[in-house]
Amino acid sequence: MTPPAAEAATLGAAPVRERSPPSFAVGPLVWLRANLFSSWLSTAVTLLLAYFLISWTLSFLNWAVVNAIWDVPGTGQQVDTSACRAARGEGACWALIGEKYRFILFGLYPFDEQWRPAVVVVIFVALYVVSAMRRFWRKELALIWLAALTLIGVLMWGGVFGLPYVEQERWGGLVITLILATFGIAFAFPLSILVALGRRQTSMPAVKALCVVYIELIRGVPLISLLFMASVMFPLFLPEGMNIDKLLRAQIAIILFAAAYLAEVVRGGLQAIPKGQYEAADALGLTYWQKTGLIVLPQALRISIPPLVNTFIGMFKDTSLVLIIGIFDLLNTAKTSIIEPAWQGFGVEAYLFVAAIYFVFCFAMSKYSQDLERELDKGRRR
Amino acid sequence: MQRPTAADPRDLRAPPRRGFALSWRDPTVRAVFWQIVILGLVGAGIWWLVDNTMRNLEMRKIATGFRFLEREAGLPIGESLIPYSPADTYFRALTVGVLNTLRVAIVGAILATVLGTVVGIARLSKNWLVAKCAAVYVEVLRDLPLLLQLLFWYALLQGLPGPRQALNPFGSVYLSNRGIKFPWIEWQEAHSAALLAFVVGLIAVWGLGRLFVARQMATGVRPRLWPWAILLLVALPAGVWWAMGAPFTVDRPVLRGFNFRGGGTLTPEFAALLFGLILYTAAFIAEIVRAGILAVHQGQWEAAGALGLTRGQQLRLVVLPQALRVIVPPLTSQYLNITKNSSLAVAIGYQDIVSIANTTINQTGQAIEGIAIIMLVYLTISLTISLFMNWFNARIALKER
Repeated sequence: MTPPAAEAATLGAAPVRERSPPSFAVGPLVWLRANLFSSWLSTAVTLLLAYFLISWTLSFLNWAVVNAIWDVPGTGQQVDTSACRAARGEGACWALIGEKYRFILFGLYPFDEQWRPAVVVVIFVALYVVSAMRRFWRKELALIWLAALTLIGVLMWGGVFGLPYVEQERWGGLVITLILATFGIAFAFPLSILVALGRRQTSMPAVKALCVVYIELIRGVPLISLLFMASVMFPLFLPEGMNIDKLLRAQIAIILFAAAYLAEVVRGGLQAIPKGQYEAADALGLTYWQKTGLIVLPQALRISIPPLVNTFIGMFKDTSLVLIIGIFDLLNTAKTSIIEPAWQGFGVEAYLFVAAIYFVFCFAMSKYSQDLERELDKGRRR
Repeated sequence: MQRPTAADPRDLRAPPRRGFALSWRDPTVRAVFWQIVILGLVGAGIWWLVDNTMRNLEMRKIATGFRFLEREAGLPIGESLIPYSPADTYFRALTVGVLNTLRVAIVGAILATVLGTVVGIARLSKNWLVAKCAAVYVEVLRDLPLLLQLLFWYALLQGLPGPRQALNPFGSVYLSNRGIKFPWIEWQEAHSAALLAFVVGLIAVWGLGRLFVARQMATGVRPRLWPWAILLLVALPAGVWWAMGAPFTVDRPVLRGFNFRGGGTLTPEFAALLFGLILYTAAFIAEIVRAGILAVHQGQWEAAGALGLTRGQQLRLVVLPQALRVIVPPLTSQYLNITKNSSLAVAIGYQDIVSIANTTINQTGQAIEGIAIIMLVYLTISLTISLFMNWFNARIALKER
């Protein structure tokens, strides 16, 4: 292909030199004027906001970096935190994080075995990344999940391949948060599809009523009441001698809770499928499950992926509520790390540390959901 | 059977009516069968759980029924909107809890709506700095668990110095680990009367507004409302207050011994909960408001401008009524969320219904009744909010004729 200039030359016209726009229409100064100082009101707001931003940033940096205490003498019970106490209010006590980060991240997991939960966290993140790539959106993904979750179970419990056994009571920290969120979605998602399908069964009023009652009942009460139910009431439900561990009970409560919210999202997707798709499937003589599995769900789920990711973010944040019934998730280990008298009163530092971890996970997912929405929208607008 | 070849449409209309047959091929029979199976399974599961529970309750000698509501509670409650002492019954204690929940939820919903609207509009601002600040606010607050935020604010408030070294940012406002103290007027009869006059004025202004719109419909001229509004909302309450002797004594908080006396108080628990709920919910409301405004077509602004409306009138008369239709349904679920999220109060020790019901469960051992009360309260509140917002939504919906 000939370059445009050469093409122009063959046409006999003089090559047109690209001219830059006049200097009063571009450049950083013009941008500043249009976006920050367009009117006297805008200028005043900009200056006021800039003043507050700069002064707050400076005082935060003073607290978090300049006056911060990074290290204190002694460890464990003999730790001497008087330097932190002296700097209270003026400087952050990051020594707390240095001393306690292993506890905050992994809870009471045996100290020498903490590489295992660390690997598990990496596996979880890899699992999320793989599931996020559209290239892997196929049936084999279910097998990958199965394999990964098995591997996680082996690593956490141990007892095989020379790994010492670690009872579940000692698990804690980030791993518990990731387990609650991931297993929550893995079980709540299929359940929510069944409930959403049941919710649309006009020919089966009893099933429909059952699904409506389930969804509205769960969505009408706070998660805490379900968690209380799981921790206080659940033992009464089971026959004598049968006992389910506390983490599993909380997990069941989270699954039941999330399924109701996910069901409403899936229902939205189902409603968006044109009636013609159902009728065409019927005309082909497909059975109900063939129609649902081959025609309706693939389209409906694709539409609902962005809101599904948003619901998942909400669920990830909501796992922190298990703190209230005494399960050691990431937030609870942070809260517990400041219980020792030496570290009492440094909650702000501990919470900022876990806030950074939560933020990284949720922000990544929310950006992903926004990008996905834009991309899927592009396909539909064509 | 051959189809009739005649073109008489009456013969073609209805499908042949089949008689009911008890056959597996009949969809109705299948539907009934599956419904019986599913209901049977669910019913059997529930029966199994209830049976187990009954047996367990009997074995552990746990009392059942709501008899305990009339017993003396003996549980101290820090803040209460109605007179309460530990000698009162459990029923009264739980009522205090419900009122505390409603207090934080209603105040939170109003303030979160105000803040959320401001932030949502700020995100659309032409000023780059303002838009960016609002965007960062929304992103950060939405991506952190609410419980973490509540614990953070509570830790921050508890980290404040004691009352003797209380921070004093301005006037007679004191920040200490006992809460926020601020000056408050000594409440007297005249103030209640003035407040009542204000409410009456509000209703009158609303009625006048409707009357003036009707006048505009009839004559094309809309009488001015604002002089009436000032008269009814400012002059009337002030006049009532003046007529009753104009009492005005400011009750300032004063340090006495180890704590403050007098003045108004926000306890650290209430302040942390309210602050956390407002900041968190406002981030979501901001996104809803932004989406609502963006949903109104640009041409609506331009058409309103072409009619000679000012920018404020364009927003108020043309854009907002249309944006509200998009905003109200998701806003409803945010109000439901703030109510349900107020239950996190139990983690920082604000005594809402969940916290008090939890203590009741621990004291009486009657878990089923306690949790049933919590669920019933929230279901009632949720249903009420839904009904009200549905009514409001129907009122502002597009009137299609």
